[in-house]
Amino acid sequence: MTARRGYDGVAVAVPVTVPYVRYATREAHWFIGQALKALLTQSKISKDEIDGLTVSSFSLAPDTAVGVTQHMGLSPRWLDHIPTGGASGVMALRRAARAVQAGDANIVACVAADTNHVDSFRLMLGSFSHFARDATYPYGSGGPNAMFAFITAHYMRKYGARRDDFGRICVAQRANALAYGSRMFKKPLTLDEYMAARPIAEPLHLFDCVMPCAGAEAFLVMSEARARDLGLAYAVVRGAIERHNAFSGDPVMERGGWLLDRDDLYAMADARPDDIDFVEPYDDYPVIAMLQFEDLGFCSKGEGPAFVRERTLTFDGDFPSNTSGGQLSTGQAGAAGGFLGMTEAIRQLTGAAKGRAVKDARLGLVSGFGMVTYDRCLCTGAAILGSVS
Amino acid sequence: MTMPLLKPRRKNPVLRTRQMNVPPGARSRVALGMTAAAAEGRFALQVCADCGAVQYPPREACHACLSPRLPWREQSGLGTLVAETVLHHSNDLFFRERLPWRLGLVHLESGPTVMVHLHGDVGAAPQPVRVGARLDRAGQAILIGFPRDEVPHMADDKMLREMTHDPKFRKVLVTDGMTRTGQAIARALVDAGAEIVWVGIAEPWKRHGSGLDEIAKLPQVTLMPLDLTDSRSVTELAGEIGGKVDIVINNAEIHRTFGIAARRGLDAARAEMDVNYFGLLRLAQEFGPALKGRSADGVVSATAWVNLLSIFALANFAPHGTYSASKAAALSLAQCLRAEMRQAGIRVINVFPGPIDDEWNQNLPPPKLTPAAVAGAIVKALRDGVEDVYPGDVAQEWLERWRDDPKVLERELAAGV
Repeated sequence: MTARRGYDGVAVAVPVTVPYVRYATREAHWFIGQALKALLTQSKISKDEIDGLTVSSFSLAPDTAVGVTQHMGLSPRWLDHIPTGGASGVMALRRAARAVQAGDANIVACVAADTNHVDSFRLMLGSFSHFARDATYPYGSGGPNAMFAFITAHYMRKYGARRDDFGRICVAQRANALAYGSRMFKKPLTLDEYMAARPIAEPLHLFDCVMPCAGAEAFLVMSEARARDLGLAYAVVRGAIERHNAFSGDPVMERGGWLLDRDDLYAMADARPDDIDFVEPYDDYPVIAMLQFEDLGFCSKGEGPAFVRERTLTFDGDFPSNTSGGQLSTGQAGAAGGFLGMTEAIRQLTGAAKGRAVKDARLGLVSGFGMVTYDRCLCTGAAILGSVS
Repeated sequence: MTMPLLKPRRKNPVLRTRQMNVPPGARSRVALGMTAAAAEGRFALQVCADCGAVQYPPREACHACLSPRLPWREQSGLGTLVAETVLHHSNDLFFRERLPWRLGLVHLESGPTVMVHLHGDVGAAPQPVRVGARLDRAGQAILIGFPRDEVPHMADDKMLREMTHDPKFRKVLVTDGMTRTGQAIARALVDAGAEIVWVGIAEPWKRHGSGLDEIAKLPQVTLMPLDLTDSRSVTELAGEIGGKVDIVINNAEIHRTFGIAARRGLDAARAEMDVNYFGLLRLAQEFGPALKGRSADGVVSATAWVNLLSIFALANFAPHGTYSASKAAALSLAQCLRAEMRQAGIRVINVFPGPIDDEWNQNLPPPKLTPAAVAGAIVKALRDGVEDVYPGDVAQEWLERWRDDPKVLERELAAGV
């Protein structure tokens, strides 16, 4: 197989977050507009200089990315619609980086945004996918809770994980969120509170589940040269992978597509898992974060429980993970949840993670996981970002 | 082990009757193949005609070889429960009102992994199970994980009782007790544990010698005046018991053995239509809304409506030509009733027997269905929650020929084959 071409010369910069709110009366377009405006304000470029755009959103329908161009008065020469939820951040980065390398675009704005009306989450669930409509939604869980309960229960039985192992992940992320200043969760979470929470879909309890909310995340992709000219703090792309519908023969999901491509990822980055200073795993449920620790090579399959018992996952610990709190502690703003790790990694690598900075952070790993169309998430992706030394 | 259902206490009339919210009923068109099989009590999945791969969820292309040829094939349902959960939360109103609710993930021996409602007698994963298809309260197919072997009181499982229409502790109206078939149905319902069986009687002066007297001696049975040709009679009965009936079984029929040329005038045909078609319409207008209003009324909610049709409803049997036509009309109306009742989660069950061994089929050769066999098929349909039943060898054979090619069947029947 031909060796993968690297992402040399590509910069990611200007991480922006449109503050999350539990419910919004605004449409997704409002959040996209605010994200774009923040990108322009913080980068001091004009709207016309954005000549590439990716859009990720569930609540944008019936519009797609092209509708956004007219709504926002943009005229990009490169456009992509990436409705892949939790994997959309890594996928947007990969596509935008290639466009920049190929000269198809100079500055690509990658935007993920979703609104959340009072009843929109429930309404979305019933029409999320053909397979969900036919084979999971009629069974009453009203969302992915039941399927992730199966995945969690299976993992616990097979590998001996306990509830408090998942609790460690949730408690550490809450501590990170408080340092980040999350607007959705303002109170600390203790392991006792985690264990005493009410059941949702056994073995999942309240703090294993994310809270749907509205908000946006976005960043810019351009050449390093352009970023320097503009005087922007940026991170570089050391490697990135994605994989879809991997291991479809596993009766229950217990590993993800990262396993198939991680060697390429580390080879591109010329790094090993030990070299990574912090990770931003996708965390729709804590078991998924644990799977990523394993499948991205930080520990072996089945060692996730022991790993989280031995390591400290707070931003100041020996294995900083989801340093802004992740979705479990900042909320899941739809597709923006798939961008959360990316914007946080850029902040950590550009000295913008004030109050929760990982010490001497040079390499960060962001991983994505998206789209439970039936019994598992189909999209997996990961990227290693580096600081400019 | 499932605890046997205890006779519910008398309802407090002051409390508000719980209203029905049916579970999510939307399906893609291709997925309705599973519903079509479940309507007859079968668990079928698509199996690739080219490579044999079993598909789930339903698809438009084989996930192994991309073939579009994916016919539905009956499945054994054998598999292993690999994970389970108990829902304590749901965004859906139907399930919110019935929490906690047990779900499982089953790896079928034939390949796919399926999400199922989990019967209470299935132990913790990993566990051998048998997956079956049923219709839920929205009338759509769902899968259920059952224990491999029968266990006592299985039908009393809380989840399963939502999907089926077991007569146990329920109150049932049988519209005509004058026939042997009606009497057999009443007896079968009593044997199945029905609390009250109201049996309609249109012409009380004819009852002696009909066999009805014996049925009337059963403590669960109460005879009620009911003449389906008389709107006032239907209205009066609905006023008296409409708010209590859980299951309506409309077995009333008039059966004469004529075609077109063998009898002049419309009297016989009109009488057939007046009971077989308009009788159903009168009954449905009066009892339908009452059933819909009580479809979520606890473990003895209103639940089902059974129409005794005929296999002749599918294709005209010329020696019984006008009767066939009246049953075809009733079938069409029953489909209308099913569409309307579905919104409230009431199942409409159509029973298509071959010739029943009664006086009006005297000249037809065997095999003929005994009244007890018809009654047994109705009770089984209620317990299994199926929607269309074709009891007996003749009905099964007609059905197969009709499915194979309705036009060929028409020609065969015209030739007297």
